[in-house]
Amino acid sequence: MSPARHDLLTVILGIGGVLVLASVIGALLGRRYSPQGQNAAIENLNDRIRAWWLMVLALALAFLGGRAGVIGLFAICAFAALREFMTLTNATRADHRTLAAAFFIVLPVQFWLVWIGWYGLYAIFIPVWVFLLLPIVSVLAGETRNYLVRVAEMQWALMICVFCVSHVPALLDLKIPGYGGRNVLLIAWLVIVVQLSDVLQYVWGKLIGRRKLAPKLSPSKTVEGLAGGVLSASAIGVALWWMTPFRPLQAAGMALMITALGAAGGLVMSAIKRDRGVKDWGHTIAGHGGFIDRLDSVVFAAPIFFHVTRYVWNVG
Amino acid sequence: MTRQGAARRALARLSGRIITFFARAVTAVQPIWQGVAPDAARQRIYFANHASHGDFILIWAVLPPRQQRATRPVAGADYWRSGRLRRFVGGEVFNALLIERKGEAVPGTAIAQMAEALDAGDSLILFPEGTRNQTDAALLSFRSGLFHLASQRPEIDLVPVWIENLNRVLPKGAVIPVPLMCKTVFGAPLHLAAGEAKADFLARARAALLALRPRPETDAPAEPVPAPKEAP
Repeated sequence: MSPARHDLLTVILGIGGVLVLASVIGALLGRRYSPQGQNAAIENLNDRIRAWWLMVLALALAFLGGRAGVIGLFAICAFAALREFMTLTNATRADHRTLAAAFFIVLPVQFWLVWIGWYGLYAIFIPVWVFLLLPIVSVLAGETRNYLVRVAEMQWALMICVFCVSHVPALLDLKIPGYGGRNVLLIAWLVIVVQLSDVLQYVWGKLIGRRKLAPKLSPSKTVEGLAGGVLSASAIGVALWWMTPFRPLQAAGMALMITALGAAGGLVMSAIKRDRGVKDWGHTIAGHGGFIDRLDSVVFAAPIFFHVTRYVWNVG
Repeated sequence: MTRQGAARRALARLSGRIITFFARAVTAVQPIWQGVAPDAARQRIYFANHASHGDFILIWAVLPPRQQRATRPVAGADYWRSGRLRRFVGGEVFNALLIERKGEAVPGTAIAQMAEALDAGDSLILFPEGTRNQTDAALLSFRSGLFHLASQRPEIDLVPVWIENLNRVLPKGAVIPVPLMCKTVFGAPLHLAAGEAKADFLARARAALLALRPRPETDAPAEPVPAPKEAP
């Protein structure tokens, strides 16, 4: 077994261990405080833990499946996220062709470009090509009511749900000296640190949260939760520095950057939900909501993490 | 049962599975049982808004399997009898109750067909607007069929079902469905009140359906629009 494979299995087993622990704690809390399912917070916690098992299983299979597995999984996530986002936009009948093109042309092409590793095109395909071509498709339908709003929303949807999500598997393309064959671990590190930050913000918030961070946006988020989550997830990121091409201090900086971006991304996506009067983006992940509810932080962290890593560590 | 008949029935059931799988992949349809429970073994008439040919599939897909087999969509014969594929899907996969919409010569026939299906123990899915709504209005005014059916079989629950968003998935004239999240909201059952006039009942049923919209503020105004021409 290659060292990279060995490390990947170690990581997967480690996460499995954490989930076993979480499930045991969840079951104990459930027996103690919610034997008849009357405590909504604990029922939701246990729903979330159960959903985490499925998500970790999907991620583990994708990681073990290599390039095809990772690109395939994130393409499916992008599809589900785009479906949730487009549902909340003002797109009308006149935008039907544009929407069809977004789902059945733009999304597959973007992930195909990542698959063949054409950095020069996947980095600009949506921000440049689609940015200019998509409004043309919509304008041909001749409906001008809300035109700017409709087009801008569709472009936002594609940037968030396709462009940003595709930068997670794009990390496979970075050529980092001394890190050959280990790029999938970099993806695992990004996902683990950012998602743990979400979980730990929730946990710290429940334990010591007092001051509301943004009561209008996200009534349950607190300053203490944010600080505790970002700092403790970053500490775990440092402890896992061996997964990355970074030295421990560099890992600390990167972990702080992605957890901060992730937390901010959560707020931005919350603002959109409030604007549209919904609580969750979807219902497909029990306890969590939709795909965007779970992915929002990774989405905001991935492209900048990709580019910083690329500028500093990539060769060629 | 002949072997060929059994194979055909298996094919029909498999096709039903494939169609509902596809419908779920595109719409992630979420049932919201707001006014009724899903598993009650009661016979029902589900009446819903009608914007696309896929409407009944979204209701059918979220029913429990036992109810699926006993629930028949009421659909236009002109559409579902044209072509072998539609005949197979309409007739054998969904066991649709096909009614003639053209030829206004025998106005009572459709109601008689529906009453007969109810007497045989089936539930029905019907679209009281009578035709697909291709306007900007949320809901067209109802034709009188629902009233006549309710007065002939007053004991059966009339369950309003709002289908959210499917009109955006597959708007008028579109061939490719666009993936968007859909919901089917099931409301509380209604019955025809003693001595209730036709217009009052239809207005009440229409209001009950409109009240189920999850995001009414984003729709076009819900004022009634002129009804399509009715058979006498």
